[in-house]
Amino acid sequence: MNFKTVGVVGVGNIGSGVLASLVLHGIRAVAVDVSEKSLETARAGILQTVRLAPVLRKDAPKLTRNEVLERIAFTTRLEEVSTCEFIIENVTEDWAVKKPIYERLDRIASAGVCFGANTSCISITRIGSATSRPDKVIGIHFMNPVHMMPTVEVIRGQHTSAETLATLNRLLAQLKKEAIVVNDLPGFVSNRISHLFMNEAAFVFQDGLATAAQIDAIFKKCFGHKMGPLETADLIGLDTVVSSLDVLYDSFKDSKFRCCPLLRKMVEAGHCGRKSGRGFHVY
Amino acid sequence: MNDSKNVKDIVRNFINNSINIDALGDDEDLFETGLINSLFAVQLMTFVERKFGVEIGGDDLHIDNFKSVSATAAFVVRKSSGQVA
Ligand SMILES: NC(=O)c1ccc[n+]([C@@H]2O[C@H](COP(=O)([O-])OP(=O)(O)OC[C@H]3O[C@@H](n4cnc5c(N)ncnc54)[C@H](O)[C@@H]3O)[C@@H](O)[C@H]2O)c1
Repeated sequence: MNFKTVGVVGVGNIGSGVLASLVLHGIRAVAVDVSEKSLETARAGILQTVRLAPVLRKDAPKLTRNEVLERIAFTTRLEEVSTCEFIIENVTEDWAVKKPIYERLDRIASAGVCFGANTSCISITRIGSATSRPDKVIGIHFMNPVHMMPTVEVIRGQHTSAETLATLNRLLAQLKKEAIVVNDLPGFVSNRISHLFMNEAAFVFQDGLATAAQIDAIFKKCFGHKMGPLETADLIGLDTVVSSLDVLYDSFKDSKFRCCPLLRKMVEAGHCGRKSGRGFHVY
Repeated sequence: MNDSKNVKDIVRNFINNSINIDALGDDEDLFETGLINSLFAVQLMTFVERKFGVEIGGDDLHIDNFKSVSATAAFVVRKSSGQVA
């Protein structure tokens, strides 16, 4: 059975990418955010992503503006996800924000519906504990830009059931994505490692060893990475990177996760990376 | 006017400023050489639309239109021919 309608809660940087990917694969969505401005930015961003997608991927359909908008219901009312067959949560990386969302979703969604938590670092077991259905909560760590990246990191919480994993795999198959399934500890595999090198790259920059372009160039030209650590941080959003480092630091109480002061200062200055036009690089 | 030389200069400048490479040949294939990734391709297309007031329509959605400085400039000139920029 194919998924017809998926709920997407939180339509910021990554949530809008998830929406574009759903639409490109013929799945309808209910898009929820507390901020009207986020909803508007997401609408414009999704239209642009979907419109230009065929340039980057030969298999992407050419959809008209109306076809895109007709597939997504934008709303500020969380209750509207009650008809969705699966819910993907992408709100701000802060437990104080996520926890009440899961408590409400647990009441709103029918008993069989699974929740996919698109979090960078917060433990899936912890997220499950905010609901009465921890067996139906699973981590889906999408990569940016969502419609271009063929692989996602999937995280099994302590209580996540085999049926939930099978359900998610069906959804991912529809999105033509492959899962790498890992176990649960904060930061999982990807971010527990990547945030160490993004943070250290920020320290190296702060210490004046090299320019941002040079730091990124060493990763690209010497290590063969597609993107450097500072570009990647800019793409994720420096505010999200800082939040993730804070979660890692709190979770492991290990000083290796202490956030570089310059990163925090850039966020306070509003230089959050690509989404705000400026971070380590200018966009 | 969106004349070829002018457009080429603007496009080359935009790419140079964004990806920081020393010498970019006008015919160098940006994608094949791995100089730019899909994110930058979207930035380039968005820039072209805003800067030159052209629209990338359904039939233009082809990577060949943006694969090099020359190709991008030719696309802009073709799209804006007959219209004063
Ligand atoms: N940016 C990435 O590359 C990336 C990748 C994978 C996962 N994530 C994770 O996804 C989540 C979102 O990250 P982001 O980068 O998109 O952040 P963002 O700040 O761009 O977006 C967060 C969105 O959540 C909304 N929001 C806040 N409180 C809400 C509420 N109570 N109800 C509904 N919406 C609410 C905000 O208005 C905003 O639009 C985080 O947990 C992050 O760790 C991010």
